[in-house]
Amino acid sequence: MLTTTPNLTRPDDSYAALIAAHDGLTEAESHALNARLILILMNEVGDHATIAEAIRTARETTGSAA
Amino acid sequence: MTIQQRYDLAFTLYPYAHSPDQDAPGPRRHKVVVVGGGPIGLAMALDLGRRGVPVLLLDDHEGVGAGSRAICFAKRTLEICDRLGAAGPMLDKGVVWNVGKVFHDDRLLYEFNLLPEDGHAFPAFINLQQPWFEKFLHDAILQAQAAGAPIEIRGRNRVDAVTHDDNGALLDVTTPDGPYQIAADWLIACDGARSPLRSMLGLNFDGRVFEDNFLIADVRMNAPFPTERWFWFEPHFRSGDSALLHKQPDGIWRIDFQLGWNIDRKHELEPANIRRRVDAMLGPDVEYDLVWTSIYTFQCRRMERFCHGRVIFAGDAAHQVSPFGARGANSGIQDVDNLGWKLAAVINGNAPDRLLDSYDAERVQAADENILNSTRSTDFITPKSTVSKLFRNAVLDLAAQLPFARTIVNSGRLSLPCTHDGSALNGPDDPSLPMRSRPGSPCPDAPTPEGWLLNRLSPGFTLLTIDADAPDTTVAHGQTIPRLALTAADNPALASRYLGDAASAVYLIRPDQHVAARWQAHDAPAIATALARALSLEPAGC
Ligand SMILES: Cc1cc2nc3c(=O)[nH]c(=O)nc-3n(C[C@H](O)[C@H](O)[C@H](O)COP(=O)(O)OP(=O)(O)OC[C@H]3O[C@@H](n4cnc5c(N)ncnc54)[C@H](O)[C@@H]3O)c2cc1C
Repeated sequence: MLTTTPNLTRPDDSYAALIAAHDGLTEAESHALNARLILILMNEVGDHATIAEAIRTARETTGSAA
Repeated sequence: MTIQQRYDLAFTLYPYAHSPDQDAPGPRRHKVVVVGGGPIGLAMALDLGRRGVPVLLLDDHEGVGAGSRAICFAKRTLEICDRLGAAGPMLDKGVVWNVGKVFHDDRLLYEFNLLPEDGHAFPAFINLQQPWFEKFLHDAILQAQAAGAPIEIRGRNRVDAVTHDDNGALLDVTTPDGPYQIAADWLIACDGARSPLRSMLGLNFDGRVFEDNFLIADVRMNAPFPTERWFWFEPHFRSGDSALLHKQPDGIWRIDFQLGWNIDRKHELEPANIRRRVDAMLGPDVEYDLVWTSIYTFQCRRMERFCHGRVIFAGDAAHQVSPFGARGANSGIQDVDNLGWKLAAVINGNAPDRLLDSYDAERVQAADENILNSTRSTDFITPKSTVSKLFRNAVLDLAAQLPFARTIVNSGRLSLPCTHDGSALNGPDDPSLPMRSRPGSPCPDAPTPEGWLLNRLSPGFTLLTIDADAPDTTVAHGQTIPRLALTAADNPALASRYLGDAASAVYLIRPDQHVAARWQAHDAPAIATALARALSLEPAGC
């Protein structure tokens, strides 16, 4: 089951860390970092059904780029 | 009349001989005709012949083609060949390897050891040149013939036309002495990926074409070289997206270079150009001879249905996959395993024709699984979009340091047999028994005090009991089924593969060594019902 209710212990710190990780990177390097990060988090989740639901949720969320 | 030879032979096994059929006033009728003497046709003839079904095999050559094709033969293939009396020499000659290395560009990312599960008669797979694999099957045919198996092979007999109806097929065959006709109750098309029979019947073969060329170089090393599999993603020596090195018997190594789509074949096949690539791969000081080189392309596709009345397709004629994961010949041998007992049961009147529908359903399921696996490998090796390449390279970068990412690296998933979940032949399951031996699964091997478990299964159905009471034979629906009584005491491999936490188990096992149904205790009426189901004696839908 995908958790969509608040679950981050320190949301502002985690978000800031994510943005800071991209400091000084080229766009290509940033993309590569994101890809590695997704894979690492995917392994952390582990369960295929949850990952599939997360992918579906991301895909179905319409954003400014849509 | 000449028959053009499309390829050179590694072994001449069945030279043309004039058959009395050629002088008969009309077409002679045969029970089963197999067209094509590649690995699948040979195994098909062998399986049927050993079951006492008269079979005639026609091939347009006189033996086994030379040249490099399959080299990886998986455990399940060896188990099936063992049932067919052909596995011993394969295992003796084949190479077993466990260590692999994965490179990206010029960097060694990681090394792995396959650490195969113990308690099996056969290794996870062996490397053996396809011509030898076919020769050993043919040797087993000679032995079976000597023991009375009704198998006949006719070399330089090319099938040029076919018609068929509800009673069988009529073939136009061309030989060096001219044409003749043969009638067959059943026709099995094992005539390879380009299947002339499929074209003659106007059947389609749809799927995905991969725009890629692969260069094979088989080289003989003149100095010791490790028995390891080396795989490169985007190799530093210019070779498209991948390159692969692994060992075959007789001091030969197989090298595969991915070349890409728009290539100059003639230029690529110049020995000097091949040597330039091989030198770059192996390093400057390795001495070798080029033994065989060729360029191939591949596709992933299958026929919509494998059974067309009394014409049945098997092997590459029915389905084709990319070579990543070695699923071509391995899956074709499983087609044979699945079809042999069913066709024999239908011919002997022990089962209705509709039992063959389950060949179609089960092997289409397997072909889809194989195509899915080999397509995923191909897409990992040659990413089809910018973002898939981004992720692929992220996986490789992580794999150098983090073990989890190595499970995602896909340079070909080892061919494993299909578990026929949902098959119409499956009977009841007891879910407290282990997952891996549920109905539809191929029986996992295990040691027993009197030899390997698979070796002790009968050529027909078997009732395997583990620490359970049952009569020594079960008679139902025209079958006399022997019991194989085992105990799991002091046998942890057997216990974990067949019992799990249960104290006892009873397995009804099909002639192709797949589980039909299972219980924790003997139940004669339930076994008879499951047997009827496994033989399609119940009308479909019941
Ligand atoms: C480079 C490469 C690497 C591979 N590696 C592996 C691997 O490691 N493991 C694996 O399992 N598979 C592998 N494969 C696939 C494997 O080679 C094939 O799946 C296998 O040969 C299929 O066997 P078959 O008997 O169905 O067809 P084929 O081997 O093609 O045999 C067909 C036979 O039919 C005969 N024939 C054709 N037309 C007629 C006619 N009109 N009349 C009479 N006879 C006819 C042909 O002469 C031939 O003898 C590889 C393939 C390639 C190209």
